[in-house]
Amino acid sequence: MEIPEIVGAGLIVIGAGLGIGRIGGSAMDAIARQPEAAAKIQTAMIIAAALIEGIGFAALFAK
Amino acid sequence: MRSNFTVLIALAGFLFFTPLAYAQGENHEEIQHEQAHHEDAHHAEVHDEASGEKDIKGVIKETIEHHLADSYEFHITEGVGFPLPVILVDGGLKVFLSSEFHHGGVAAVDGAHYKVNHGKIYKTDAAGTITYDDHHHPTNDKPLDLSITKNVFMILVMAVFMFFLFRGVAKTYQTSLAPKKAGRFLEPIIIYVRDEIAIPNIGEKHYKKYMSYLLTVFFFIWFLNLVGMTPLGVNVTGNIAITFSLALMTFIITQVSGKKDYWMHIFWMPGVPVLIRPVLAIIELIGLFVKPFSLMIRLYANMLAGHVVIMSILGLIFIFSSWVAAVPFSFLTLFLSVLELLVAALQAYIFTMLTSLYFGAAVEEHEHH
Repeated sequence: MEIPEIVGAGLIVIGAGLGIGRIGGSAMDAIARQPEAAAKIQTAMIIAAALIEGIGFAALFAK
Repeated sequence: MRSNFTVLIALAGFLFFTPLAYAQGENHEEIQHEQAHHEDAHHAEVHDEASGEKDIKGVIKETIEHHLADSYEFHITEGVGFPLPVILVDGGLKVFLSSEFHHGGVAAVDGAHYKVNHGKIYKTDAAGTITYDDHHHPTNDKPLDLSITKNVFMILVMAVFMFFLFRGVAKTYQTSLAPKKAGRFLEPIIIYVRDEIAIPNIGEKHYKKYMSYLLTVFFFIWFLNLVGMTPLGVNVTGNIAITFSLALMTFIITQVSGKKDYWMHIFWMPGVPVLIRPVLAIIELIGLFVKPFSLMIRLYANMLAGHVVIMSILGLIFIFSSWVAAVPFSFLTLFLSVLELLVAALQAYIFTMLTSLYFGAAVEEHEHH
């Protein structure tokens, strides 16, 4: 049985979503522990999220 | 306080109604477009041939595609718009206005005939016949196209706008240290780019050289993203050719400013066993090209996805074709439009941020132990 390409794209998007969710959650934890470092954590969070997001989009458009 | 609230309401109203107005305009134009090209085999797919009625989903899909694509004329809404110059290199330079295409879809210039088919100009005979191969690709000749299209036009407008805006702001600093006029709004943003993006990533020593590029890229992307949210219906930053050019500039500047340490870290990574160094060199070399590639895809895909989502939800109103559906979907569109305003700034920030990160890696000087 052949699996359609879109299933693979969906799996990648699920993975990317979980990844970004984890980054966001961890950043929340970190900010709650050290509110004074919020600005630095936020920057690092956005960069990491942006890198994963790129993969998600690549999967969608490669489909 | 009260006036602030009024402004907020007006802004919300503007955001709320503009997508509606422009969906209507686009749709209308599309229907005319449909009628004009009825004989075109490819277009016939969206027609329900049996009943003669239009398949609404097909029309919405075409409307969205039409909105996302570049075009040869600046079309705002029905009857509002203007033609743009078409420049072709085909046995000599041929310049004419895109309104020439209105006469039966075929433009006759100096004895040659041209026709637009799916956003591309092909050379045809006087009747505008387009022949297709087995894969439904036109076999007609395609002249080199250097036209001032809608996107090119918007880039030029934005360049002129930014030139006068920032020149004006820069001039006010000659007479006083406090910002004036537009500078009151722009100064904090410029300082943010300098203090939060450039200095931490590039370093105190080298950042000044790159400030002009970083600021230009930041405001260029941000402004064009915002223009994409207006009823003008332009989608400049959601075009892969434009994000490619931006990423290419970042790539070239990074490589040109690469210092000895930068190349050393790519080809002969210090501090790892010698046997692993060639393997790392291959990975680093691939990374060299993946970085600007991801810059290109990220901006393009984000803006494209934003436009597609908003227009798809507007399309749902037409699919349900009921006032009951119009209310929740309009509010959803309002919500997504506001979200897009955030994304517009965020993508400009991320592009500038990663660009300065790459510049920082290129000029970094490592202390040798």
